Amino acid sequence: MIKTFTDLLLDSYQKYPDKNIIYLIKSGFPDQRISYEDLIKGSANYTTELSCRGIKPGEVVILVLQHGIDLIYAYFGCILHGAIPSIMPFLTEKLIPDRYRADLASLIKITKPSAIITYSDFNYEISSAVGEKSSVREVILVEKISVSDKFPTFLGADRNVKDIVLLQHSSGTTGLQKGVALSHQAVFNQLESYQKAIQLKSDDVIVSWLPLYHDMGLIACFLMPILLRIPLVLMSPFEWVRAPYRLFTSISFYHGTLCWLPNFAYNFCADKIRDHQLENINLSSLRAVINCSEPVRWESHQKFFDRFEKYGLQPRVLATCYAMAENVFAVTQGGINSVLTIDEIDLDDFQKMKIARQASVGNVKIKMVSNGRPIENTQINIISEKGKILPERQVGQIAIKSNCMLSEYYKRPDETERSMLDGWFKTGDLGYIAGGELYVSGRIKDMIIVGGKNIYPQDIEYIAMKVNRILKGRVVAFGLFNEKLGTEEVVVVAEADIKNNNDKEIITEIIKKEVAQNSAITLRNAYIVEPKWLIKTSSGKIARGANREKYLKELNEAK
Amino acid sequence: MQKVKIMKHDEIIEILKKKIAEEIISQPNRKILSDEPLVSSGLIDSFHLVDLALIVEDEFGVRIDDTELNSDFFNTISQLADVITSRIKK
Repeated sequence: MIKTFTDLLLDSYQKYPDKNIIYLIKSGFPDQRISYEDLIKGSANYTTELSCRGIKPGEVVILVLQHGIDLIYAYFGCILHGAIPSIMPFLTEKLIPDRYRADLASLIKITKPSAIITYSDFNYEISSAVGEKSSVREVILVEKISVSDKFPTFLGADRNVKDIVLLQHSSGTTGLQKGVALSHQAVFNQLESYQKAIQLKSDDVIVSWLPLYHDMGLIACFLMPILLRIPLVLMSPFEWVRAPYRLFTSISFYHGTLCWLPNFAYNFCADKIRDHQLENINLSSLRAVINCSEPVRWESHQKFFDRFEKYGLQPRVLATCYAMAENVFAVTQGGINSVLTIDEIDLDDFQKMKIARQASVGNVKIKMVSNGRPIENTQINIISEKGKILPERQVGQIAIKSNCMLSEYYKRPDETERSMLDGWFKTGDLGYIAGGELYVSGRIKDMIIVGGKNIYPQDIEYIAMKVNRILKGRVVAFGLFNEKLGTEEVVVVAEADIKNNNDKEIITEIIKKEVAQNSAITLRNAYIVEPKWLIKTSSGKIARGANREKYLKELNEAK
Repeated sequence: MQKVKIMKHDEIIEILKKKIAEEIISQPNRKILSDEPLVSSGLIDSFHLVDLALIVEDEFGVRIDDTELNSDFFNTISQLADVITSRIKK
């Protein structure tokens, strides 16, 4: 009986050793084909190493590796050993190493990993983040992994179906401290429901550039295809962002059928790919391009379709999905073999009354794109602030209940308890239901989503507060939607006792630089204001929403 | 001959400074120095590297391969102008 990831992987290896399951794309190199035999053998070397180093099943192993073959083998090496892998985003060019070490240290403190797998070149960074008295007993270097044809005992097969199989984090100091712990059962239940929702077939081919530390990349575009024997064409996000056209050349070459993208990528691809990069490209093999992990914008879909229609993109491929790591991945799915529902609603009623009324003639309206219906065994309620269930077309918080929910926020009972209500998970997202379909309209939480990446404003505020001359505690960060980019950008407003405009500009520049180096986020603006400008709530906290409105008003008046 | 080449290089630098300030970082008044780090400083983030390649292609007819879009290959306007100059000549 198959009850763990390991059972399923070994079953694929025994039945289809020669089946190519991953095609790894790396610019400047020929595509690398990885069969189930390659995958199990490559991963087994890591399993052996973990075993030799005394790492036990059920212990957490953090992977600090770039997207590529080492990360894939290390990940499954942990799984086969029964250890719990967790991917830490790799250090980027602009992030300063000190900040990265601090983030890593906070991840280590909460999740208490037993081992870290990384490169020799990175050993110094890791070791200095680990410190003495740490839970980390071993730092395993990929260059030192010995290659052998002899398989170790795969202890991963002895895991219980309810045991935690993996951890997922979003980035930033706050995100790293909240790891979503998922069981084998939860992932299997999700895949069972989700494959029906997308009508997954054995002749599908998934093409992805998505990061593996994010649920969309990790579940839909990594674990699902590998566990369910669907070929996966994989490139790194680092390369895609420099050469977005490669996604399309790969889809065309491998006859890709499914692709998941965050909303901003629709704009990014439409704006930044030149026709000469797409010679002889054919996108007609695609049966769904699924917009997920950022609020879906009708304009972005339209732009994408208009740009790529001439390359064979069909209008019916535009699909949507509402997903979150806490439900393993998908909550709803829309637009599979059907055209997405577009709900035109009155803007005024929507903004003032929190009601999504179908647009009447003469009123200003907005086009809302449906996120489809809940996948099997997942239920949705829209709830009021007091937790009361709201009727259709009333905007409230989206709450979900399913057979694939997180086990817990790893070692964070406080966070786990805060997000649950009588067995329902409160998502922090706002939306409404109409005709049984979900429309997502915003968030209760202050979290900002930039290019599909979750940003916690408190992390950004903390960085800006440390800048000289900024008044203590007098900083706010919030998101502003950028129509052209199809995603949010981050703005900081900070109080300083400065009159001179030149000095203000210098401080703006310093904040931007500090934020870039400490969070890898490029700020849209760092706006310096006089003392007492910022609005506080009755409880003395800085109100992000109110200050956002004030900022927009002031900017408009200045025009 | 030498003079023409220097002129050209300076012109390239001026165009790059203007385009980067206006189109990439959206701060038209921001003065960017020729030897100021662009990529490693976070002034240009990874999402905008491709814009830089498109600007170079549109303005100078020179193609920058995606494997070259990193701070090892160029990190300043001056270094980028060197690459452009060497490719215009060919």
